[in-house]
Amino acid sequence: MNKPKLVMVGNGMAGVRTLEALLALAPDAYDITVFGAEPHANYNRIMLSPVLAGEQTLPDIMLNEESWYATHGITLHLGQPVVALDRGRRLVHTADGSSVLYDRLLLATGSSPFILPVPGNDLPGVVTFRDIADVQAMIDAAANHRHAVVIGGGLLGLEAANGLLARGMQVTVVHLGEWLLERQLDRTAANLLQQSLAAKGLRFLLQKQTAALVAGPDGRVAGVQFKDGESVPAQLVVMAVGIRPNDALAQASGLHCNRGVVVNDHLQTFDPRVYAVGECVSHRGVSYGLVAPLFDMAKVAANHLASLGIARYVPAATSTKLKVTGMDVFSAGDFMGGDGCEDITLSDPMAGIYKRLVIKDDKLVGACLFGDTADGAWYFRLIREQQPVHAIRDQLMLGEGAVGDTGHQGQNRAAGLPDEAEVCGCNGVCKGTIVKAIQEKGLFTVDDIKKHTKAASSCGSCSGLVEQILISCVGGAADVKPKSEKPICGCSDITHGQLRAAIREQHLTSLAEAFRVLGWRSPDGCASCRPAVNYYLISTWPGEAADDPQARFINERVHANIQKDGTYSVIPRMWGGVTNPAELRRIADVADKYAIPMVKVTGGQRIDLLGVKKEDLPAVWRELDMPSGHAYGKSLRTVKTCVGSEFCRFGTQDSTQMGIDLEKDLFGMWSPAKVKLAVSGCPRNCAESGIKDVGIIGVDSGWELYIGGNGGIKTEVAEFFCKVKTHDEVMQYSGAFLQLYREEAFYLERTVHFLQRVGMDYIKQRVLDDAVGRSELYARLKFALSFEQDPWAERYAGGVAQHEFAPLTV
Amino acid sequence: MNNWKAVCRLADIPAQGARVLKRAGQVDIAVFRTIDDQAFALLDRCPHKGGPLSQGIVSGHRVACPLHNWHIDLATGQACAPDEGCSGHIALKLQDGTVYLALD
Repeated sequence: MNKPKLVMVGNGMAGVRTLEALLALAPDAYDITVFGAEPHANYNRIMLSPVLAGEQTLPDIMLNEESWYATHGITLHLGQPVVALDRGRRLVHTADGSSVLYDRLLLATGSSPFILPVPGNDLPGVVTFRDIADVQAMIDAAANHRHAVVIGGGLLGLEAANGLLARGMQVTVVHLGEWLLERQLDRTAANLLQQSLAAKGLRFLLQKQTAALVAGPDGRVAGVQFKDGESVPAQLVVMAVGIRPNDALAQASGLHCNRGVVVNDHLQTFDPRVYAVGECVSHRGVSYGLVAPLFDMAKVAANHLASLGIARYVPAATSTKLKVTGMDVFSAGDFMGGDGCEDITLSDPMAGIYKRLVIKDDKLVGACLFGDTADGAWYFRLIREQQPVHAIRDQLMLGEGAVGDTGHQGQNRAAGLPDEAEVCGCNGVCKGTIVKAIQEKGLFTVDDIKKHTKAASSCGSCSGLVEQILISCVGGAADVKPKSEKPICGCSDITHGQLRAAIREQHLTSLAEAFRVLGWRSPDGCASCRPAVNYYLISTWPGEAADDPQARFINERVHANIQKDGTYSVIPRMWGGVTNPAELRRIADVADKYAIPMVKVTGGQRIDLLGVKKEDLPAVWRELDMPSGHAYGKSLRTVKTCVGSEFCRFGTQDSTQMGIDLEKDLFGMWSPAKVKLAVSGCPRNCAESGIKDVGIIGVDSGWELYIGGNGGIKTEVAEFFCKVKTHDEVMQYSGAFLQLYREEAFYLERTVHFLQRVGMDYIKQRVLDDAVGRSELYARLKFALSFEQDPWAERYAGGVAQHEFAPLTV
Repeated sequence: MNNWKAVCRLADIPAQGARVLKRAGQVDIAVFRTIDDQAFALLDRCPHKGGPLSQGIVSGHRVACPLHNWHIDLATGQACAPDEGCSGHIALKLQDGTVYLALD
């Protein structure tokens, strides 16, 4: 069968990223042909600066070798510029006179450096900084000549100047503007940068307008003449004054262009057969020169080419980083501020540190950092996530480390870490291993790093550090979207939020139906999405959607916790942490009878039997004759209590009974992630209510409720939620909050992250301000829980899932 | 010559699930049934840290190890990229709804 033909013009990062995304979505949809003007396969153009500076070599920056194209059946023509498009006959004409037919055309022609229209701009020795040939020309010039002038004090110009300086040239940077990097830095930061670069040996001429490039006796450029009459010697002139979208080919074929090929939100041009991505496009009047938005475009175009048609390109905030070794410059978002904006600045010129944060409407909208960019990734995340910052405002300037990060020996700054420093404590992965993988495999996302190095793939507490390392290696190309913007997994392009909405709005009640209706690419999902979809189904349609045991992780499927040797742990429920002699005798008898190797008291005031064989589980449960403690599930775990007023001489409330009542009220509650509660009988807080998902503290006049605490990976102190008077109010307010969390959080999102994502104001509005809404939330929780029974009794007495516990024999 | 031994009916294995064949003195065998009603058998031991693959989530023709989420191809026993390793693969035939394994 003949597949439709997809022809791509241009072989750069945006285009090839589109092909990669397309192949992942629909590997056999097209016969693909690629024309590249350069004689090289796809390389990482942003890393040309380190190549020029001699810090990396060409093989280091290759992203796709020629073998990649061959493996995927792509016909690759290198060194073959396309000279004309015939859209009527759907033909692409190349420089050597041949032509190729297309069904879909992808324009990825990139941009060209802008050449100043001054006399002498075509002299030998005048170059731009765009591709491998330019870098080679600069390296050659540095070997034979002394003076270089770089025109343009933007990112590219400074990186070129730095590279030439490293290669032994005397370099002058000429810049028309009042300060360097005026699109990335404010004046103060730029002045600090200029001082630092001058100390390295660069010279600067600001507010200088070039009049002409003057030739020497050998015909090569010999100097630069300025409008004010001054001149400087130069045997090499690098023009780095900006880029222009390459839209000539499109324009000549009659496609609508306006400083770039005009595309809609699906990256389609005015000819629906023709798509365009990358620096050559103009989207809503804007062209982009940074790689992150280009990669976003690639995903959208691939989605459309795969006939899925559910993605839209929406421009997001971008960040930039200067790739000059030893110069830490970072900026993101709207760092110049203006009307309605507030600035927080930190300036320490002696130490060479300057930071400016711009806040608008209680949200961080921009950041400009010089000298210390360790928190750049964090600020960038805050800018993209648009969370209110009033709660952390006084620590904002001090960085993420000041907002209560612990673990990893306090390491939370990637830049200063040596290569042998351990980043991932779970899997023993060092910084050097991560950096090597990023460079050698061309990685741009934390997920890719997880797959290739295992870093951040277990507990995830080092994800932030891994993200920083990624950003320090690839700068703005790092794909660091928050979870709310990312697809759930590789099986679809749907985000968690879209999935939850679809299940609710389209009344989906089974996995098979959800996968079919929502266009899953795999017949039965994967180990990541299946548990998530199953949770969303049963939490949205309790009593109606059937729980699918094969979509449960083993612990939830067999209601025990798998251990490293394949045995299980059994934790029976002890309501509120209270037990009695009869229970303790049964536990002792079971441990003896089944030769259970370890009996341990847990942190949640219960007793853990470790090392139980799977086939013994039903008998162990039957003889314990206690309900499941759900110590294995994304569910209600335990309600920890202190002794309270019944015995304690300080107790103001009966916290033990309150804990027992809450635990019974919430028994069998499945949730996006595990949920722990605690009740203390006085402000001494012996039950540690401050680090629980819902923490309750009895005071003389009633009960205080705290939410969003977490004692685990990253200790988070719960936030004060409300104060209530009665026992029933504690039940209702706690239950209503937990139901809101059950209905709206993403799978595996703990309450603290849910709280950070939606904001305390929203939760208060739904649970505190809206009395009717609160009682409805609580009623929906009670309805969902009415279907839950003790899973252990269902198995040892009710005949459920017997096959799980009976091995086969021959 | 394979020595085919009947171990169970396909219907005894939950779709997208597995059963364990216990063997005295030898590594257990995991017998999988996929969503398309095919059956596969592997040694019940992940090449990574020995996790019991029979307890993992089965999707498509792959199983995710319950200990550290390595993905193993059911047809070959090979770990999926970028992980490397192999869990021994055991020949299996499905005849009239009965699962036979080639056992010594």
